[in-house]
Amino acid sequence: MSTHVLASPVLTATSTDLTWAEIPALVLPALGDTLVMVGVTMAIVVALGVPLGVSLDTLGPGGLTPRPVLHRVISAVVSVGRSLPFLILMAALVPFTRFVTGTNIGIPAAVVPMALAGTAFFSRIVENSLRSVPPSLVRVARASGASPLQVLTSVKLSEAVPSILGGLTINTIAMIEYSAIAGTIGAGGIGYVAVTYGYQRFDHNVMITTIVVLVALVAVVQALGDAAVRATTPHSRRRVPRQRRAGTSGATPSSSSPTVQTSASASPKELTDVHH
Amino acid sequence: MIELRSLTKTYGEGQHATTVLDSLDLTVSPGEITAVVGPSGAGKSTLAACVTLLERPTSGAVLVGGRDLTALPEKDLREARRGIGTVFQADGLLTRRTAAQNVELPLKHLGVVPAQRRARVAELLERVGLADKAHRYPHELSGGQRQRVGIARALALRPSVLLSDEATSGLDPQATASIVALLKELRDDLQLAVLFITHEMDTVVAVADTVARLDHGRIVEHGALVDLLHTPSSPLGRALLPRRAHAGSIAEDGATGPATQRSVWVVSHAGHRVPADWLVRASRALGTDLELLGASLSTVAGVAVGHAVIGAPGHLDDDDVEAALIGLGLHAQREESDAAEQRAAARTLEQPLEVVA
Ligand SMILES: Nc1ncnc2c1ncn2[C@@H]1O[C@H](COP(=O)(O)OP(=O)(O)OP(=O)(O)O)[C@@H](O)[C@H]1O
Ligand SMILES: [Mg+2]
Repeated sequence: MSTHVLASPVLTATSTDLTWAEIPALVLPALGDTLVMVGVTMAIVVALGVPLGVSLDTLGPGGLTPRPVLHRVISAVVSVGRSLPFLILMAALVPFTRFVTGTNIGIPAAVVPMALAGTAFFSRIVENSLRSVPPSLVRVARASGASPLQVLTSVKLSEAVPSILGGLTINTIAMIEYSAIAGTIGAGGIGYVAVTYGYQRFDHNVMITTIVVLVALVAVVQALGDAAVRATTPHSRRRVPRQRRAGTSGATPSSSSPTVQTSASASPKELTDVHH
Repeated sequence: MIELRSLTKTYGEGQHATTVLDSLDLTVSPGEITAVVGPSGAGKSTLAACVTLLERPTSGAVLVGGRDLTALPEKDLREARRGIGTVFQADGLLTRRTAAQNVELPLKHLGVVPAQRRARVAELLERVGLADKAHRYPHELSGGQRQRVGIARALALRPSVLLSDEATSGLDPQATASIVALLKELRDDLQLAVLFITHEMDTVVAVADTVARLDHGRIVEHGALVDLLHTPSSPLGRALLPRRAHAGSIAEDGATGPATQRSVWVVSHAGHRVPADWLVRASRALGTDLELLGASLSTVAGVAVGHAVIGAPGHLDDDDVEAALIGLGLHAQREESDAAEQRAAARTLEQPLEVVA
């Protein structure tokens, strides 16, 4: 944890910025704190958000096993979690956070409100992803005698995987932002460094560094998320290598010729199939 | 075997209630393909959904293999649905599973052990001619191939009954022909009772043993395909083999020359025993040559069906011509009235529209 560095923050504005050599010692531990905060939060968010999102879709009108009353209760609770701005949610949760973690500063104190806000967010994302699975696919499975649980796992959740992973990416990035907000009230991490050094001390070097670190962090998360979505979508997974092959085929015709041959040999086969 | 007894389906309640199926009776026997045709909104898809009880009928009975599905609790119903294969218009394949995995899923849900699943999937894909496409994802298959994967999946649990709701709609004629051939093969090999819903009359003629016309939730016409095609008075028979424009009509419009000296007849097969050389025989009987002006003839289930338009020299008596044709097992009607009607209709269309200034 990097909080010891900032244990007694001097709030007088000095014009002496930290030198570039001093910055890594300040920012790297803070980055570690942010990663821990977001990582722990997202673990909780997924563990709670998936079942909640599944309940919202399954119990809702037109769901696999509609239970209107239960659905309304869950939906109302989730909506409350979604409607409060994070700063206010955090302040309102202080007594609860202290009860759960025994403290109201530091990483544990930040994780509680982040996990709550994140779970409410993610359960809506999961619900929406499940709802987007075409009803025709559900009908097909039901028509062949699948139970609601089988339809849920092998049709709904399975088809929604890329969409849920895309939502998870959005959610993770939102949590990075929340961690910065949590940082302003003493939770540590990149947000705390940005506020204490960059904002309160006008330390431009620290400010610039934290901006670069946050942008890079978000970019990495987005890239990982995009890769995960592609890897789970047969449609795009197949398309990418094909485009690459097409691009390289001019330069190295010998290496790409087998691909060209297979695709060319497919068409006469299709014709014979039709006559089958 | 599918038996529908006084099947009624009403959507909505009170004033907003619409009766989509109106105490409908229909039986499809094993080894028989029954085509259900009807205009859009007639209730065809609702009928299919009611057979699997994906939609619960408002009243009436749905018997599949002698068991009334409407009486079953949800759990038994799930088991009963396994005896019904369904092929949907939208192929309904899971996008993240290969053809083989899609076909395998119903077996997996049933709890069949992996080794048996693999063997059955291979057998099914072979059957629908897609053994070499087992590991393709749906987006890598053509519409016709996807539809055949859908058929393989519908057959996975060895159903005795197959429902097909617009399974060939939107496919090109070749792909449609291959699916039709496959369905007939399955009908014969597995003695399936097939309920084939479509709005394409050409496909009906190619695939059906029996045809039912659904309109406003009722079966308004029902019969063996060949009988319907041999009944020129039946709307379904006419719809299945539409009369095409022929040279005779055009010649008549000319109103000059030898065409005016000729009477034009529309002839259709009214039974199974029309000799193939009926035109020659009729000419011989009348002692003069009859002209063939146009024809739309085909063979369905080994029996000739269709229409021909023939011209008879003007000096012949109408009654003699008619008698000669009827004697050969044909149905004959003089064209005159039709042509006059067509001309009247054309005149109506040509009238300028009245514009309110
Ligand atoms: N869930 C529903 N609620 C209310 N009305 C419905 C519902 N489903 C279908 N209908 C009505 O039932 C009628 C028959 O619909 P259906 O889909 O069975 O027609 P169809 O014969 O399959 O038509 P198409 O050839 O266009 O597919 C339509 O008038 C439709 O509006
Ligand atoms: Mg329909």
